[in-house]
Amino acid sequence: MLTYLAQRIGLGILTIWVVSVLSFVIIQLPPGDYVSTYLAQLAEQGSTASAAEAESLRVEYGLDQPVYVQYAKWVFQMVQGNFGMSLDWKRPVADVIGDRLALTMIVTVAAILFTWILALPIGIYSAVRQYSVADYIFTFLGFLGLAVPSFLLALVLMYFGFVVLNANIGGLFSPEYADAPWSLAKAWDLAQHLPIPALVLGLAGTAQLVRIMRANLLDELRKPYVITALAKGLSERRAILKYPVRVALNPFASSIAFLFPQVVSGSIIVSLVLSLPTVGPLLLRALLAQDMFLAGTIVMLIGVLTVIGILVSDLILMWLDPRIRLYGRR
Amino acid sequence: MATAANIVVTPVETPPPAAPPAPTAPGLVDGRVAEERVSVASQWQLMWWRFRKHRLAMVSAGIVALFYLGVIFADFLAYADPYASEGQRTLLPPQAIHLFDDGRFAPFVYGIKGERDLTTFKRVYVEDTSRKLYVRPFATGFDYKLLGFIPTNMHLIGLDGAPTETNLFLLGGDLQGRDLWSRLMYSTQTSLTIGLVGVTLSLLFGVVLGGIAGYYGGFADTVIQRLIEVLFSIPSIPLWMGLAAAMPRDWGIVQVYFAITVIISLIGWTTLARVVRGRFLSLRDEDFVKAAELAGAGPWRIIFVHLAPLFLSHIIAATTLALPAMIISETALSFLGLGLRPPAMSWGVLLQQAQNVQTVALSPWLMIPAIPVTIVILAFNFLGDGLRDAADPYGV
Repeated sequence: MLTYLAQRIGLGILTIWVVSVLSFVIIQLPPGDYVSTYLAQLAEQGSTASAAEAESLRVEYGLDQPVYVQYAKWVFQMVQGNFGMSLDWKRPVADVIGDRLALTMIVTVAAILFTWILALPIGIYSAVRQYSVADYIFTFLGFLGLAVPSFLLALVLMYFGFVVLNANIGGLFSPEYADAPWSLAKAWDLAQHLPIPALVLGLAGTAQLVRIMRANLLDELRKPYVITALAKGLSERRAILKYPVRVALNPFASSIAFLFPQVVSGSIIVSLVLSLPTVGPLLLRALLAQDMFLAGTIVMLIGVLTVIGILVSDLILMWLDPRIRLYGRR
Repeated sequence: MATAANIVVTPVETPPPAAPPAPTAPGLVDGRVAEERVSVASQWQLMWWRFRKHRLAMVSAGIVALFYLGVIFADFLAYADPYASEGQRTLLPPQAIHLFDDGRFAPFVYGIKGERDLTTFKRVYVEDTSRKLYVRPFATGFDYKLLGFIPTNMHLIGLDGAPTETNLFLLGGDLQGRDLWSRLMYSTQTSLTIGLVGVTLSLLFGVVLGGIAGYYGGFADTVIQRLIEVLFSIPSIPLWMGLAAAMPRDWGIVQVYFAITVIISLIGWTTLARVVRGRFLSLRDEDFVKAAELAGAGPWRIIFVHLAPLFLSHIIAATTLALPAMIISETALSFLGLGLRPPAMSWGVLLQQAQNVQTVALSPWLMIPAIPVTIVILAFNFLGDGLRDAADPYGV
């Protein structure tokens, strides 16, 4: 158990380190540095700075030092909660991000919950009634769900919302709550806006999970103990729900490990189409404006939250599945 | 969501064949003869026989082949210069093509009159039913080089009696009044080749790294395995967005094209490396590997000459399954404006015009490029499924 836990945490830390290096690369990759961008901005406004001033700025920001020193400084400051300044917004990065990170996670978790709630009954049904009409329909829809990139699905839904319902189905809040402070009413408003992004983001994952659930349950249903249970007169519902479903559920819990990064990734693009106030649109704008500190920080934070999310799901899985605990103890 | 890298399609259940399928040529009803044919058939033959039974995969193979034919003959299929913009034709709705004229097969379109509605200031178009413009096959149009070296100006269709470029808009026109059909042809060319180049690159990464992990095992294996796990648990899109945005703005189309393929192939190699590693692990203890080692063959020779051919079929299947992810990634990046940029054309670039609801609500045909994206991705998924099932002729 402890070995397993240590392994997971070790891998999580390794992942966070890789993410931090990659984020730093993103910050460093564009030609020039913070100071040259700043000078260009000054030049646009009509004023100039002397070479000496530029040099002193570089020293002040530590840009004259080797890259690894800069990296260490960046990480060290981030651990202390100082994410630097956004060039584009002229405000601390933490202020600019604000609620958006939390909203990104809310949307992600909603999408994963949606995936589960939908995939479980469909998967069970498709396995129990294999090759039935509904099974074929679900299989077809599943493949379609996999094939349609979520941002296109969002686009099509927006279009139909506009044409059929004559309403804008995007966003996470009604206009009157958008800038209001948090309250119960605002949370309820958010809950009402969540289903559409959850549907869009969750569909591909649902399709995958239904396939997995169906295949696992099919394997399980053919085992002798199910036949025995049925032969002894257990009702079909009980015979299926009591054991085979529980065994087949296992990969379900571990599915978070691949669903989580996938949904977070997807939410970035989908947020743009559905104009959700998550970090997605912010990241795109930062990238297009070469506001690299903001962009790098967002990538870093998304990465860290994903790692934590996966870790938590692994712990839940360990708690659910005795086999993993036993494996760890050995 | 499907934009991310991990498109895992579990195989479609095919009824388990009792014996490897025998070809149904007449005179081969004798089971023993058929059995004999199976026992002497090469691996590729067995694979083909098995693949043929997967009907959906066969159909998908046909669709993919059609799309790639379209890639090769994009200039011929396009009837208008994809860059020719026409201010009088902005956001022209798709034109209806009339197949019969007076009961006789003679496809034609009506001429278009465009004027500005003086109350809404929108351009409105009406069909001028007095002008019939006949569609002619193999018409002449803009100059291009067929297959890149045969200069010609022949196109699949064109109009009689009026310039094609300003009068024929089968799928409508875009914001700049360019013909969507012709642009779609060129975009297909870009989007489908970028996937191929990307998958080739990730195959290279995958085979080399997966090969090292599987062949040497031990420490190298642990490091590569952990790396794959780490890359798997990072949300890819924001990361690739960052890398793509870091490309210098002044790069030309070709440079951007290759940079994008490198970026998207960073997504694909992990899955391929896993497949390769698994195969290596199962094969590396075979006697013939030991024999080759004793005969003095180096590791590279063993990997590429002795081992790689054995799992080539598996690699082909895995590659086919990796392609749709590449295509989606390119489309997504370009859609965001971080991938290929406007003078270049790709599905994502075309879809960029359909980014906001107002535009889409008024001119829904701008969403048309989403249709080929979906079809191609579905087809590749089914094809890859069929190949994967077929790659194991002795399996269940």
